[in-house]
Amino acid sequence: MSANRRTPLYQWHVDHKARMVPFGGWEMPVQYTGIGPEHKAVRSAAGLFDISHMARVSFGGPGALALLEKVFTNSVATMKDGQVRYGLVCKDDGGILDDVLVYKWPYGFAAVINASNREKILAWLDAHRGGLDVQIQDQTFDTTMIAVQGPKSVDLVAGLFAADVSGLKYYYAAPTRYKDKGCVVSRTGYTGEDGFEVMVPNALGVTLWDEFVARGAVPCGLGARDTLRLEAAMPLYGHELNEQTDPIHAGLGWAVKLDKGAFIGRDAIQAATADTQKPVRIGLEIDGKRAAREGCAITDADGAPGGTVTSGSLCPWLDKSLAMGYVAPRVAAPGTALDVDVRGTKLPATVVPLPFYKRKK
Amino acid sequence: MSNPTGLRYAPTHEWAKLEGDVVTVGVTAFAVEQLTEPTYLELKPVGTPLNPGDKLGVIESYKSTSDLYAPVAGTIVERNEPLVDDGKRKGDPKPVNDDAFGAGWMVKIRLAPGATLDHLLTAEQYDQQLASEGH
Repeated sequence: MSANRRTPLYQWHVDHKARMVPFGGWEMPVQYTGIGPEHKAVRSAAGLFDISHMARVSFGGPGALALLEKVFTNSVATMKDGQVRYGLVCKDDGGILDDVLVYKWPYGFAAVINASNREKILAWLDAHRGGLDVQIQDQTFDTTMIAVQGPKSVDLVAGLFAADVSGLKYYYAAPTRYKDKGCVVSRTGYTGEDGFEVMVPNALGVTLWDEFVARGAVPCGLGARDTLRLEAAMPLYGHELNEQTDPIHAGLGWAVKLDKGAFIGRDAIQAATADTQKPVRIGLEIDGKRAAREGCAITDADGAPGGTVTSGSLCPWLDKSLAMGYVAPRVAAPGTALDVDVRGTKLPATVVPLPFYKRKK
Repeated sequence: MSNPTGLRYAPTHEWAKLEGDVVTVGVTAFAVEQLTEPTYLELKPVGTPLNPGDKLGVIESYKSTSDLYAPVAGTIVERNEPLVDDGKRKGDPKPVNDDAFGAGWMVKIRLAPGATLDHLLTAEQYDQQLASEGH
């Protein structure tokens, strides 16, 4: 049995009867009370997630900007201090190695990487740093990362930190202090709700978590995180994204700046914009309550192959069976009637615009 | 989690309770915990003949989809209809979550002539199976 890593909140999860599962090399809570109630708590009030398994890397030195511009599809040079930007790390052929968030500080940069891609991306950065003067530090194991998500999350962070973070703009971050120790708070998340992600020193991880719980945040596991991000149509690496998908057909062209100058994968991604045959990511609403799971075949009205499901579930808030997948462009238009083969049963489905769920501003 | 001693168990986490020649079948509380809360239940219709291990239906949760298997040989004589989704009428499988060994029962199977529950596990043996799987 391979030993999975444990976050500083591991014992808390076990003590509070969370069901633990292996995920990306870590032992993580999949649920406490149930995916449905946890999901709804995030949509209606506030939920709390241990996301310490996400990899956190800092970049210092005069070559940091050049390295990030080289490996990241989005623009880094145009970022303002405190800004956070989503983008992809791609191979030369445009295949996606990971989707990451880059943070810009006055003194350097940081990135948050998917847990399962940590070693791959660290090796990729090392292989492409060349002669650049850049210090790359893996800080994953030094801090605890907690997400508080939902319409009430702005009330829950009030007064917790030295700085008033309630005025942070969406996709901005601030270095501040928690209990007199340095920490970072960003207005980001992966649920489709307003919310914050906080990185604190490990010694304060449980303290901060307890404080959020005392303020009414509902502890949520990876199960609710998955149904929330599906409802919000956010892609998940290993499902919607992998080394065979490119950003354009994944519907992430907005996170690629082809005109920013050279970067790894640029030419292939540019060529992909002209490829009208390759399958594209779409959303499906399925008749009834049965879930379409990853790998289910999608067929067109005539029974011809149309594509494949990459994620699917009954979604607790909308109470609909929703799925994302890749289909041929000829059947990708919203309103197109398709069938999904769910374990031998063909269920009628309709292509719908993404996201399925969008919060009210 | 305690598994009632009066029942017999299949290694695939179904329970079976014999009364006369009719066996009531459901899934164990352990199975429900593994699934996470059920969202959809489909069962073979009344009158379906089954052998042990035959597919009895499908249960889904937010997280996963699992087949259900017949623990004994016989014929389905009754279903817990309010739980079942047959495409037209939308059942709610919540009782499976709340009371797996009681209100969450799924089907009643009339034993085939000569059929028994002898091949199924006792509660003690099922507890041992769960322990050996690390639960």
